[in-house]
Amino acid sequence: MQSKKKQYWTLFLSTFQLSAFTFGGGFVIIPLMRKKFVEKLGWIDEQEMMDFTAIAQSSPGAIAVNASILVGYRVAGVPGALLTVCGTVLPPLIIISVISFFYTAFRDNMYVSIAMNGMLAGVAAVICDVVITMGRSVLAMKRVLPVVVMILAFLAVRVFGVNIMLVILVCGILGGVDTWRREKSRKERG
Amino acid sequence: MIYLQLLWSFFQIGLFSIGGGYAAMPLIQHQVVDLHPWLTMTEFADIMTIAEMTPGPIAINSATFVGIQVAGIPGAVVATVGCVLPSCVIVTILACIYYRLKGLTMVQGVLLGLRPAVVATVASAGLSLMILSFYGTRTLPADLAGIRPASVLIFAGALFILRRWKVNPIWVLVGAGAAGLLLSRFA
Repeated sequence: MQSKKKQYWTLFLSTFQLSAFTFGGGFVIIPLMRKKFVEKLGWIDEQEMMDFTAIAQSSPGAIAVNASILVGYRVAGVPGALLTVCGTVLPPLIIISVISFFYTAFRDNMYVSIAMNGMLAGVAAVICDVVITMGRSVLAMKRVLPVVVMILAFLAVRVFGVNIMLVILVCGILGGVDTWRREKSRKERG
Repeated sequence: MIYLQLLWSFFQIGLFSIGGGYAAMPLIQHQVVDLHPWLTMTEFADIMTIAEMTPGPIAINSATFVGIQVAGIPGAVVATVGCVLPSCVIVTILACIYYRLKGLTMVQGVLLGLRPAVVATVASAGLSLMILSFYGTRTLPADLAGIRPASVLIFAGALFILRRWKVNPIWVLVGAGAAGLLLSRFA
């Protein structure tokens, strides 16, 4: 019983620390998790961690949250998953709560406002950088369908104001059908 | 009532942001700026900046921020719960499937099919932020000459540094804020 308690505590504390110190979000947390749970604790093997990465990316929601659910579930079932979700969510919840408190007080300050405007241009550049990198990976598939989908989806959202959730849904179904057809023809060819 | 609205909005954000990271951004904008009058476009841009500079996923950071602005700390908790709820259910189910079947071709196929759509929606939301940064308005104004030269300069410099050296975005943002203050001295 004592060791189980200790395992729960380690799960919570590990994910809490990982979440508190992972800047930039998303994919960055995966290698850090691997280091902790595969190399240091030895609770998960290498291949499993790689599959976890694939599942975390394919599932809805934040990658960090998804990956921590998988790790928690693997180590200690559903209670483990609940613990790791709490561990992952609490640091941003606390940090942003504190910042929000100051935000209302500081946003009207002239210098803060000027700095925020500068940072906004920086954020626009960061997103532009992300779009270029992601767009290139779509072009690198060397297929016509994804490029056509990308252009149509952009026009649908930007020009025609189609609901983003609808666009995601349609493209997800399209991807599923496309994979099913390609798998089928691959099997037929042997 | 407001708690239910927060829960439902962030549940949808959690459910439809697939692929992590910036995939959530256009959905957050849709829910909290376009659909509900919870944040102005400027506040939305601010939270994107703050989310980039603090640890934790963008969706969770935004959920907390929006929740507090709308309904205090309980609002933040409700929005965050809504945001992770789809993950909890779906990932647990996928984990079960994974240990039974050990095959994820179909799931990965759907993900691959989604990538172009995610690029498109992120590009659209990014464009909105760019217009806000360059003109201070949500949509392109009739008079395009009213552009802020300092913002364009910072944008171009930041993009060049990011593409050329792949530095951590946090440092780019710190630099962008400092550059904004510096440039305002000369303007």
